[in-house]
Amino acid sequence: MSFRLSYRADPGNPWFSWQYVRDNSDTILAALRDHASLTARAVLIAALVALPLAVAAHWFRPLAGPILAFTGVLYTIPSLALFALLAPYLGIGAVTVLSVVVLYALLVIVRNAVAGLSQVPPDVREAAEGMGYGRWGRLLRIELPLALPGILTGLRLATVSTVALVTVGVVVGRGGLGQLIFAGFQNNFYKAEIMTGTLLCVLLALVLDLLLAGLGRAVTPWLRGRPR
Amino acid sequence: MSNPVGQAVVWLNDPLNWTNPGGVLDRLGEHLGMSAAAVLLGCLVAWPVGLWLGHTGRGGGLVVLVSNVTLAIPTLALLTILPLTFLGFGRPAVVVALAVFAVPPLLANAYTGVRQADPEARDAARGMGLSGGQVLRQVELPLAVPYLAAGFRTAAVQVVATAALASFVNGGGLGQIIRAGFGLDIAAGGGQIIAGGLLVAGLAMLVELVLAVVERLVTPRPLRPARRANRRAADAVAGS
Repeated sequence: MSFRLSYRADPGNPWFSWQYVRDNSDTILAALRDHASLTARAVLIAALVALPLAVAAHWFRPLAGPILAFTGVLYTIPSLALFALLAPYLGIGAVTVLSVVVLYALLVIVRNAVAGLSQVPPDVREAAEGMGYGRWGRLLRIELPLALPGILTGLRLATVSTVALVTVGVVVGRGGLGQLIFAGFQNNFYKAEIMTGTLLCVLLALVLDLLLAGLGRAVTPWLRGRPR
Repeated sequence: MSNPVGQAVVWLNDPLNWTNPGGVLDRLGEHLGMSAAAVLLGCLVAWPVGLWLGHTGRGGGLVVLVSNVTLAIPTLALLTILPLTFLGFGRPAVVVALAVFAVPPLLANAYTGVRQADPEARDAARGMGLSGGQVLRQVELPLAVPYLAAGFRTAAVQVVATAALASFVNGGGLGQIIRAGFGLDIAAGGGQIIAGGLLVAGLAMLVELVLAVVERLVTPRPLRPARRANRRAADAVAGS
């Protein structure tokens, strides 16, 4: 291009530019909000579906194999293929993105919750039974609290990978910060835009991970101070 | 026909869609080519480092850090950033981006594989006068083979899956078919989108199955049952 952008002498193509961030703060914040809300909704839905599944797998041993196998097969399917298989039915937009990332988060949470539940020591379970706890009482008062570290590990892994995965939503036009990254690539490879999207993505993953870690510490006070 | 699956079947049954330039066969070749290059590159980097770290017993934190950080980096970001660096546009940048995602499973399994080698075997080898390098080559490495194979399988499946995203930067591969379908608009391209999705998903599962067989073949018989128990223990520790 021969003409210059009005007020800048030479825009160049730096890896990062505060000028860009200031000029486009609205777009950037909107993308960040969209990304965060998609991630939060996805992890919440996945957790609400995954926990009952994990409990079912825990209570009815024969179900554990099929549930884990099903989520395992799901995980082998590449994300873009899953988008391709769902988009013609769910349309272009947030519903498709949410469905895909929920399916992936599901596996991680189920796996870790099942592992956490199965790590409850058998003597503890027997003691609870001896004290007269029923199936539900034992689950809510004994097994789930003891499985909390496993469940939280699953939630953290699921959250971090969901943040990264949402960017693939670009293919249906709702990739959150991925939208920024991809637009930068298409706008004549504008590095500052790509970098801003990437940094915010990694930062969002880090912040959400720390939040969940803090939450984990808050809800498992009995683990504090114990050597890992 | 408005049913997308019907359209997908029609699309897949058109021989020209397979043999045309840029058809399924071309894209499959590109997909496998760049995946193989990426896994190879990942192995060349991750295995020596992982084996060495495992041998010296240091760097466990580094292994965890690498896998956590790569989990948080979006594939799309690496695919768009790397071509703008000295790598330049084209195949090398895509291969490096994919290799980055192959490193964590390769590294972690190489490290764990050496760490889990029976300490008595290691001590016996030392007592026989083997040097550090000899212990690594003749004792620890053979014992780590099941882990190396498991890591290879995880990494390869992951790379084949991720290679579909190379289409975002026109890097070729089967993902290109899906992207072209989305480019057509969902009503017109629905069949092609689903056909591409089926091809990509089918390839990933095929690779997973083939490598599962390979993994079993390269694992020496005596290591098979013990390995399973050990690996479960390793998973449990990693998960805590």
